[in-house]
Order: sequence, then structure tokens, then C-alpha cells
Amino acid sequence: MSHRPIKPKRVLPGFSLSLGTTLLYVALVILLPVIALVLKGAEIGPGQFWSIVTAPRTLSALRVTVTAALVATIFNAFYGLLMAWVLTRYEFPGKRILDALMDVPFALPTAVAGISLTALYSANGWFGAPLQAAGIELVYTLGGVMLAMAFTSTPFVVRAIQPVLEDLDPALEQAAMTLGARPFAIFRRVVLPAILPAWLAGSTVAFARSLGEFGAVVFIAGNLPFKTEIAALLAYIRLEEYDYQGAAAIALVLLAFALILLVVSNLLQFRAARHLEASA
Amino acid sequence: MSIVIDNMTKSFGGTPVLRGIDLTVESGELVALQGPSGSGKTTLLKIVAGLEWPDAGALDVHGTDWLRLAAQDRRIGFVFQHYALFPHMSVRDNIAFGLTVRPRASRPGKAQIAAKVDELLQFLQIAHLGDRYPAQLSGGQRQRVALGRALAIEPSVLLLDEPFGALDAAVRRDLRAWLRNVHEETGSTTIFVTHDQEEAFELADRVVVMGDGRIEQIGNADQIHDHPASPFVARFMGATVELPVTLHAGRAEAAGLDAGRLPRRAQPDGPATLFLRPADITPVADPHGRWHVARCDSNGAALRIDLTDGATTIPVDLPRRAPEARGLERGARVLLRAEAGALFAAPRRAQPAPAVRTEYPKEKAV
Repeated sequence: MSHRPIKPKRVLPGFSLSLGTTLLYVALVILLPVIALVLKGAEIGPGQFWSIVTAPRTLSALRVTVTAALVATIFNAFYGLLMAWVLTRYEFPGKRILDALMDVPFALPTAVAGISLTALYSANGWFGAPLQAAGIELVYTLGGVMLAMAFTSTPFVVRAIQPVLEDLDPALEQAAMTLGARPFAIFRRVVLPAILPAWLAGSTVAFARSLGEFGAVVFIAGNLPFKTEIAALLAYIRLEEYDYQGAAAIALVLLAFALILLVVSNLLQFRAARHLEASA
Repeated sequence: MSIVIDNMTKSFGGTPVLRGIDLTVESGELVALQGPSGSGKTTLLKIVAGLEWPDAGALDVHGTDWLRLAAQDRRIGFVFQHYALFPHMSVRDNIAFGLTVRPRASRPGKAQIAAKVDELLQFLQIAHLGDRYPAQLSGGQRQRVALGRALAIEPSVLLLDEPFGALDAAVRRDLRAWLRNVHEETGSTTIFVTHDQEEAFELADRVVVMGDGRIEQIGNADQIHDHPASPFVARFMGATVELPVTLHAGRAEAAGLDAGRLPRRAQPDGPATLFLRPADITPVADPHGRWHVARCDSNGAALRIDLTDGATTIPVDLPRRAPEARGLERGARVLLRAEAGALFAAPRRAQPAPAVRTEYPKEKAV
């Protein structure tokens, strides 16, 4: 009898192989570009970085991007919640189709989305004409930017809340009913706290996506500097002008935004889900 | 608060779950609804709670028509099988929920609510758990919190759905005694659903045995045990041995059967079925007996014996130290002595699935 240590057999072989592959992929496809960007940004030097970022045109582009993304996200947070509610709580004909439609913004190339939105909302489009008559212009305005961002980021909120709502034990709401809670109180005190982490997560990702949205926005925005020019586009323009430093500086700001958002979102989710930790 | 249920029916998508329920629960009574799964007991409980609505029938509680009241307005305490505690609220907030959701006008003050919660925590013997979250509690502790939450609104009626179904045996026994105390101290009218017979009989004043959407029998442990009202109840109460017999002058007769210990009964002569529990059968050694021992296993205290006449095999439970147990080896010939049993006239033929209210043959049992 030999006395080699006993190696437990795994159900799926190749732990080191699969982990190695994933880590390599993460390093090459996700981390490397980010590091390159940070290094490129580091070359600029703080003084120049500051002057690029605080240039009026950059500031304006950042303001347009953040404002539009914020409005789009707030709209989506509520619309997405409503949509997820309808899709999980009610049975109606065409529900599956509606459910499938929620993925269209994911599936559609964003440029196609941008072109369609522009066509629909332009002064002689189906929606644009009546809106124009009512004195509302969307194409080539900040409103158009918001519209495009809202369109592309809707599914993030819906798809984040939907599974949580589906898994929510109906007995919780029934218990609240027997204890005398009216529908609004049940929603506010029982349902909302349960879906809050998912809602926050979905909204944050939607916001991050809106910050970086490019394809859908550039067609409808008109891209007027100081008015409807978004940060991602400005970075692109700088690249075209062979101004790599300018592009990297703007990209770095967007990257910082995204990272801060992810951290904040995770903190909020952690706080909201704290009670689920089963530690005595 | 007395509860009167009258001719209540309910179906789910064409499948009847309640087929005409009449039941009166007296004020302060503790009643168990018992039956196999699918017998409609939970549906009946949820209708009383206002979480389900019947297709027809009446539900009258202390003179009020409860079918006109939403669940919110019935002021009931409902304890769910899996507790349904609000996971994001501490034990304290869970118990206070029913008070804090009241409209401002009738809501007690913060201090009053806190005092009430403290009192309940003491009463439920979970005072040290007030600040924990449900995820940090054991099953038995969650059950206590669930009951505390239900009791906080001082319910007129307390309803419990399989309250101990998800707990292990030791905790169950513990909580059973404790629930009995809670019931006695609060004096609330209580209905609970269970599929556990021991639980039903030990806890309840009266047990309602339900089968297939109907009430089969209402009574206390002894009544239901000794005098099952129908073959269904007999089987449900563990009388798994069914022997075809002939009734003759009020006595059951069959080859290899000694039914002399069963009282005579006033039933017409003719074919009948004798329902026996394995523990109510004593094998008596008889060299010419119709039955012989096919198998005999001991668990120390009792013998589990399989008797066969070649065609049918019946199980028998016998204390190992009983005098009759001596010499019971494989192949030994015996006859059966029935110690207790229920007799029902044999059904004329198999009954088709009933669409309207039909009865099992309800000839009087032993």
C-alpha cells in the first residue's frame, strides 16, 4: 500500500484550467484596456489633465452626459419597475411577446436604434410631427439625448427586478394583509424593501450604460458642441484629431464615474441586503 | 367569537376543492382541521382568513358576514406554514407590524407599541431575540415570532396553517404544549390545519376530519379513533386491514376470524367490510388456522408480523412480551382475534367519481 495523499475527485474536472482561462480572459479583455487607459492618462501629468478636463467644451460635454443619463435613469427606474411589476404580477394576452420585446434594446445594434429614433422623432416623423405641433422638439436637443439613453438602458432595470419579484413569497403579502396593511402599505413596507437591492443595482447599471452610450445618441443628438455633445463623442473627436491625451483624459473621467457608481451601488446593495446574512 | 360556515363550495379551475362544508366553531374553541393533502383543509382556512374566496356559501362570525369584509378588516391572526416573516425587519418590527400599519387615528403611540412588543416577547419566551433578523433564527424561534406577530393585533380569531409542519419532532412537541398554553391564556377562537394526527388530537378540543372537499367526521380523539364515521376515516385513522366478512345476527363472521370481542351491532345481515388496525389484531395459535406467519420482525418492543393465507397478506403489530407472541415463528398457523374494529356494509359496486354531493356509505360504525 502506498501512502500518497488522497485527492478528492471533483464532479467537473479541470478547476485550474477553467479558472486560468477565465482569469486570462479577464486580464486581456477587461483589465488590459483599462490599465492602458490609466497609463495613458498618467503620461499627461496632473496640470495638463486638469486643463483638458476643465476646458469649457469638455465640461459642457460632461454636464450634458451626466444630466441626460440622470434623467434617463430616473425615468427608467420608475418605468422599469412598473414594467417588471406588470410582467410578473398579471396574466394577459401577449404577455410573452411584451416580455420578449424588453430585450430589443439589448439585441438591436445601438446605431440602428439611434437612426430609428431620429426618423421617428424628426420634424416629419410619426411622433415628431405631432410633438412639433405641440411645440416639443426632441431631435438635436438634450431631450433627444435623454430619449436615446432611456431607450438603450430600459432592460437593465426590468431584468434586474423581474426575477426578484417572481421569487417573492406571496405569503409575505398575504401576511401583511391579515395584519391589516392596505395595498400601498404592503408595497412600501414589504415589497419595496425586498426589491430595493435589485432595483438599485439595475438602475446603477442603467446609469453607467447611459453615461457611455454612443451609437444611439450621436444620431439623434445633432452633436452641437456646448449643447448636445456627449463626453464619449468628444473623446472620439479628440482621437480623430490625433489628440490622444485629450481623448484619454475624457475617457478617464468617464471611467472614474463608472467605478464610483459601481462601488456606491454595491455599498447600497450590501446595506439593503444586510439582514439576509445569517450570522447570530 | 363563534364561526359559522354554511354549505361552502369552492373550485379551482373546474376542480372542486370544497364540496359543501358546514362547520360551527364555538367561541374560545380550539379546532383542528385534519386530512390528507388535497382534502381542502388549507383552502377552508384561507377562506376564513379572507385570502381565498368561496364560490358559494356563507361565513358568519359573531353575527357579521365575513364574506363582505376584506382580509384587512377581519382582524385575524394568521400563522403561515413557512412563517412568512418579513426578512428585512427585526423580530421587534415584525411583531409590531400589525400595529404600525394602522391608520394614524387608531394607531397606538410609539411607546405603547414598544411596550406591547416587549410584553409579547416575554410571553413568547423570546425576549433575547428582539433585535435579530428572521434569517438569524431557528425554525422554532421563527414560529414563535410568527405567532407573536399574529397575536399583536389581538385577533378575534387565530388561524394556523400547518404551524409545526416544517419543524423537527422534538421542537414540535415542545411548541405544541406551548401553543396550548397560549390558547388557554388568550382565550381566542383558534382553528389550525394539520396532517399530523397526533398533533391534532393532542392539541384540539375537536378534530374535523376532511377528505376530498368534505367533512367526514367531527369529534374528539376517542370518538374518531373508536367510531370512524366512514371507511375513509377508518383508513385515515390507520385501519389499513380490510377484511370481507358476513354479518350474522350483528356479528362479523369470516373464516379464520374470531370477532367475539367486538360488540354486537344493530346492522342488517349481509356482506360487510371489517376495518382493523394492525395493533388491534391478535394472532392466536391454532393448528388448523387459516393464516400462517410469513414473516416476523422485532424492533425490541413490538413484533411486526405479516400473516398470509396464500392470497392476502395482512400486517399485525403485537407487543413482543404479549403471551400470544410466544411460539410465533415463520409458518406457525394462527387465526385472527379482532380486539376492536369498524364495520361498514360492503359497497354495492365501485362508485363513480362524484360530481354532486354524495356520501360514503355511512352505516353506523362499532
